[in-house]
Amino acid sequence: MPIADNAFSTALTLIVTLDPALLNIVSLSLQVSLSAVLIAAMIGLPLGAALALWLFPGRGAVVVVLNAFMGLPPVVAGLMVYLMLSRAGPLGSLGLLFTPTAMVIAQVVLVLPIVAALTRQHIEALLAEYREQLASFGLGRPRMMPTLLWDARVALTTVVLAGFGRASAEVGAVLIVGGNIDGVTRVMTTAIALETNRGNLALALGLGLVLLLLVACVNGAAHLLGEHARRQMG
Amino acid sequence: MSSLSQPRLPQATTTPMLPLTLDGVRFSHRGQRLLGDIDLRLGAGRTLIMGPNGAGKSLLMRLCHGLLKPTTGQILWNDQALSPALALRQAMVFQRPVLLKRSAQANLTYVLAIRGCPRRLRKPRAQAALERFGLATLAQRPARVLSGGEQQRLALARAWLLAPDILFLDEPTSALDPAAIRAVEEAVNQFHHRGTKIVMTTHDLYQARRLADDVVFLNAGRLLEHSPAERFFATPQSSEAAAFVRGELPW
Amino acid sequence: MQRRHRLSILALSIALSAPLAADDERYITLASTTSTEQSGLFADIVPQFREATGIEVRVVAVGTGQAFEIARRGDADSLLVHDTQGEEQFVADGYASERLDVMYNDFVLIGPSDDPAGIADADDALDAFSRIAASGTPFTSRGDDSGTHRAEQRFWEDAGVDTDGGWYRELGSGMGPTLNTAAGMDAYVFADRATWLAFDNRQDLAILFEGDEALFNQYGSLLLDRERHPHLKHDLAEQWHQWLVSDQGQEAIAGYAIDGEQLFFPNAE
Repeated sequence: MPIADNAFSTALTLIVTLDPALLNIVSLSLQVSLSAVLIAAMIGLPLGAALALWLFPGRGAVVVVLNAFMGLPPVVAGLMVYLMLSRAGPLGSLGLLFTPTAMVIAQVVLVLPIVAALTRQHIEALLAEYREQLASFGLGRPRMMPTLLWDARVALTTVVLAGFGRASAEVGAVLIVGGNIDGVTRVMTTAIALETNRGNLALALGLGLVLLLLVACVNGAAHLLGEHARRQMG
Repeated sequence: MSSLSQPRLPQATTTPMLPLTLDGVRFSHRGQRLLGDIDLRLGAGRTLIMGPNGAGKSLLMRLCHGLLKPTTGQILWNDQALSPALALRQAMVFQRPVLLKRSAQANLTYVLAIRGCPRRLRKPRAQAALERFGLATLAQRPARVLSGGEQQRLALARAWLLAPDILFLDEPTSALDPAAIRAVEEAVNQFHHRGTKIVMTTHDLYQARRLADDVVFLNAGRLLEHSPAERFFATPQSSEAAAFVRGELPW
Repeated sequence: MQRRHRLSILALSIALSAPLAADDERYITLASTTSTEQSGLFADIVPQFREATGIEVRVVAVGTGQAFEIARRGDADSLLVHDTQGEEQFVADGYASERLDVMYNDFVLIGPSDDPAGIADADDALDAFSRIAASGTPFTSRGDDSGTHRAEQRFWEDAGVDTDGGWYRELGSGMGPTLNTAAGMDAYVFADRATWLAFDNRQDLAILFEGDEALFNQYGSLLLDRERHPHLKHDLAEQWHQWLVSDQGQEAIAGYAIDGEQLFFPNAE
């Protein structure tokens, strides 16, 4: 496997020498995906909890739509955001197309359904256990929400991580709305796609290994945090 | 709620909640009558609700506590319908204690927080309650890994901090060993001595004899008897209650 | 403790997102083709343009069809593609006010080095295409409505070949992926020379037919219409447009080479 051998040494060289182009790409990737996950969590966690707490007409439809959007192909999400942000689209005047902000928006569209749908499931399960006790304390639904979100925090960390995994791994959406502009909107995945297209398979795989390492680090950190919380709180 | 600064006794400044009056209370689910019609009047003291499985004991308590709404009839607290303010003067301890995924102490500071207790007072007050129920050394332990008896005492300590006028207990000792049962009964008596009205269900005839001031006897969703404890155990009025007291009804 | 954690996370994310907001107005967005971007041409000439004018060029490299669409919607300030017919139509439709020849490179026919269809000694490009079809050897086509794809289709049409057979594989991919696929299945492929020269994963592939003038691949720069999309950076875009055809720009293009081989040939009038 000459390409694979080459890829490992390429990846190693990139990391060891702290290649400035690589650092630029890695830092942009993290900025975009972390921002997207942060925004998706700030909206998705309360939204998912609200869907678990409140029964309203059409709730079933909302849940089905959210679940369906969990499987939304990134390219479709990218296309939707592209058409919104394009000059000819409704939000065109903001001039956001081909900027990192557009990439964040596209990834929020991808991650939000995951966070909201999985949060709903976890909170619903926890609510089944807590409902009577919290009602006995005299808490209404709005005041139950923070309690449930906090007590489900270990499971919800995993949910947010799943969102981060999807955001950092996808290429279709950021390619369309970001344009893969060198030094501006080029992230790990679009760089990998580009190097693959150029036949630089070793470099592509090397970048892939760096991406894998990054995602593994983030997941490892979250795992340790979760274990710590589990030991602390049972 | 500055009244929480001291564990509160029923005071002249707050209107009394008792008597608790049930007037033609019925509860149906999907057209099937599960309880009722119940007419009942409870005053101060320790009321034990007894009856075989499926008699409707838990249902009756949940209706009184306001967790369920009666299908027909009304439940009045000193002639008042249950208001949010009155609901806050009650607490309930469940058969399987529902503890938050936090430390024992955090489970207590939590209820102080939701009742608006100032932050600096929460930990000392929680610690005092832990000590009162013999849990002081377990303050930092995750609540969910405590033993069954410790969990139930923690639930009682939590209820203690709510300083309720009424405490409902749903089979609080059904899964506990004799030592833990004794500790829970002592805790219940601490509430009683503070002036808290106790409403409790149990399967345990001996426990009922130890604790009860009066007994409500249910069978198959119907109220068969409400009498002072002594009279209930000496001369039960219904044949079902008599069989129950002799230990002959399946439970 | 928990509160402090959350605060630091918030601070971190704000710090991370701060550079996203930073924006330099002295740039234009150029919609162009994957072949020019992937050949490395822009990485070479854009810094020279920036040095001369202080203007940054952000290249969005897509297929020619998508590049036209991006420009049509007003999402790019400038357009540089290689489909002369399409470009002239774009001007005729009023989306662009001017089209200028900038440079050309050429297309080549690439295939497995043992050349089962025998195109190396074909008389001309049409003959080479006919021989591939006659031999039934697999041919991978981009099939993505790019400039290269459109040029390839014109050759099949002119050669009178029906591309419905199983030998003809339409991929719907960019030039690079198509070359990757051709290398994997030992197929013939029609490619632009620039992408081929910059392409690493050649395996057994080699250039088998080249040099016919019919294979020249003309690139044009388009000046987008000011009235249709008044918000675009027309003044900056016009500087780019003029620089490309200036002596300085033409020299920059001529100076770009891979392994000593010139990739693009300036031919502005």
